[in-house]
Amino acid sequence: MSAATKAIEAGHIWTFPGGIHPPERKDRSNTTPIEVLPLAKQFIVPIKQHSGPVGDLMVTVGDTVKAGQPLTQVGINNALPVHAPTSGTVSAIGPGRIAHPSGLTDTVITIDADGNDEFYSFAPLADYTSLSRAELLDRIRQAGVAGLGGAGFPTAQKLALQRPLDYLIINGVECEPYISADDRLMREHAQTIIDGTEILLHIAGCEKALIAIEANKPEAIAAFEALLPNYPQLALRVVPTKYPSGGEKQLIQLLTGRQVPSRGLPIDVGLVMQNVGTAYAVAQAILNGKPLIERVVTVTGDNIAKPGNYWVRIGTTVAELLNHCGFEPVADSKQEQRVIMGGPMMGFTLPDLDVPVVKITNCILVPSNQELAPAAEEMNCIRCGACADVCPAQLLPQQMQWLAKAKDYDGLEQQNLFDCIECGACAYVCPSEIPLVHYYRKAKAEIRNIAREKAKAEVARERFEARQERLEREKQERLERHRKAAEARKKAQAEAVAQGGDNPQDAVQAAIARAKARKAAQAAAAAKQNQEGDDE
Amino acid sequence: MTVVTALIVLGVLALAFGLVLGFAAVRFRVESDPIVDQIDALLPQTQCGQCGYPGCRPYAEAIANGDEINKCPPGGQATINALADLMGVEAKPLDSAHGEEDVKKVAVIREDECIGCTKCIQACPVDAILGAAKQMHTVIAHECTGCDLCVEPCPVDCIDMVPVPVRPDNWQWDLQQIPVKNVESSH
Ligand code: SF4
Ligand code: SF4
Ligand code: SF4
Ligand code: SF4
Repeated sequence: MSAATKAIEAGHIWTFPGGIHPPERKDRSNTTPIEVLPLAKQFIVPIKQHSGPVGDLMVTVGDTVKAGQPLTQVGINNALPVHAPTSGTVSAIGPGRIAHPSGLTDTVITIDADGNDEFYSFAPLADYTSLSRAELLDRIRQAGVAGLGGAGFPTAQKLALQRPLDYLIINGVECEPYISADDRLMREHAQTIIDGTEILLHIAGCEKALIAIEANKPEAIAAFEALLPNYPQLALRVVPTKYPSGGEKQLIQLLTGRQVPSRGLPIDVGLVMQNVGTAYAVAQAILNGKPLIERVVTVTGDNIAKPGNYWVRIGTTVAELLNHCGFEPVADSKQEQRVIMGGPMMGFTLPDLDVPVVKITNCILVPSNQELAPAAEEMNCIRCGACADVCPAQLLPQQMQWLAKAKDYDGLEQQNLFDCIECGACAYVCPSEIPLVHYYRKAKAEIRNIAREKAKAEVARERFEARQERLEREKQERLERHRKAAEARKKAQAEAVAQGGDNPQDAVQAAIARAKARKAAQAAAAAKQNQEGDDE
Repeated sequence: MTVVTALIVLGVLALAFGLVLGFAAVRFRVESDPIVDQIDALLPQTQCGQCGYPGCRPYAEAIANGDEINKCPPGGQATINALADLMGVEAKPLDSAHGEEDVKKVAVIREDECIGCTKCIQACPVDAILGAAKQMHTVIAHECTGCDLCVEPCPVDCIDMVPVPVRPDNWQWDLQQIPVKNVESSH
């Protein structure tokens, strides 16, 4: 065993560069148990809630569905399905507002609940070790499980990467202020999370898992400490409280001292990471056959009367959720109330409240303007360098900001813009109130777009050239055909003449002469008629 | 005698190096990257002919032979800047004689009006239209470059050029600001 592995085994905690300590404000929502949100009357289920292709629709308007019934299927492009959150009738399928900062629409399935909440029949599994890896992965995919902590990458796809693994890391850090969904889940369902972790270990073919929890969650830590002695292959790691220690690359650095290469994946350094919520969902999917149709959402902020955590069915609208929690809009009518999906660092303001909760929604934050000042006027960069000090990815935010404003995309790529995890630490400390992350997101979108255009242009060029070639080939073929036909004709003629028969050419000449004579006669007749007409 | 030895040694050396160099020249030949290819790679490949040439490659050849770099409206200013960079000349604004820069569009055939004349198929430079004589035609949207060439030949005017819709995955973060900062301590 190398020295580095020994240190990991011994529970050594490394550090990562930068980071900040914003006020946590988790105590508002983490003191009460997770409450089950009463069923809504209507659910809106977007068919795309994860990163990757969408599944093909399996239902049509008017169909009755049961809770947990798949609405889209995996299909040929290996998509991630979505499921009906409750029993009822599909009342519409079409474009609808989705939870996206753009406020754009996407295909959504509207389900009118019948109130009975009847469940689709699930197949529980007594002994998952009897199934093959591929079967287990398929079960996870069919259950629609996506990473619940971040961008919603399909879990089965992440697990399917076959490379030797040293550790599976279960991420229960939850470093973003206000959010306590994972915290409550760990306190109340530590056993299920451990079951899920064991399944993940089994599928990944990995020996050992590290469960990471931030030091500011003593109850969650205690819950795991009580259970872990029975599980020698699982180890608990408590990481110091610092934002963003829950970032994938940052947590890997904390626990193993390894650095994920630029634009690389954790698996490149022999690790794979899953969120605690995902481990819970995997346990549900494998052991109970239950698809992902609900998740824990933190609802918090000054303008919420009953902050706390709720089991929310996916597809519940934010308005419904806030109604239940006693939403008090800001008193000052001049100021618009902001409702933020996600936390204060990485979340985005919702365009309206009719958007649904989706698989990756971990928090709805309704702040007053005192606790979370609205974005202030942007001032010029004073080159203080504070942003570079806190950047956990060791980038140069100030430099990137200039480059983004100048649209110097090559320069941005040289500065490793794509290593930016959009954590917002730089913008948090910037004294000039520059919305730095906004510039990075915009630049990233622009760079991706340019790459897409480039790829499209390449295809267009190929198709254009292929067409030119085809036209040329067809022309040659046509000429060739004409030449052959002419030759055959000549040959036939020569043969006919040689046999002493009529020259076919003569017949043609005769026909032409006949036609000419007829035309002339017609013309003469017409002229005569005209003359007669004139005479009258 | 020594002179002869020296000559022989030098001769052998010259031969040996000659062989090595000759071998290297063949074995490690650098594929030439003619300027036309480089220019062509920067052009948008819309193949619309607005530049006055029958496609992007002919225009690339013309630029290589000294034509102006500001004749391609689909590429717009970004392409002109890139070309200026490559050719080492001053970037200039788009020559409006060839058209204006426009949003990206894609052709859509109003299918119930299509009479199946195949005229648009013949016009499309990238074979993005599917159909057969007297059958309804349709545009393969993701292959269409938006060149506009199919609109004019259509005898019943059933082809529209519609702007490419913005979807969440190609959206450009056109926000005034996003509230990603600002947790201030009040406790
Ligand atoms: S948002 Fe990006 S640039 Fe800013 S601190 Fe985080 S990783 Fe660094
Ligand atoms: S923190 Fe803000 S003002 Fe200071 S260098 Fe960075 S971008 Fe400029
Ligand atoms: S104008 Fe631009 S896109 Fe159109 S053919 Fe000429 S170079 Fe190609
Ligand atoms: S379908 Fe029309 S607009 Fe699109 S590439 Fe073909 S000819 Fe051009």
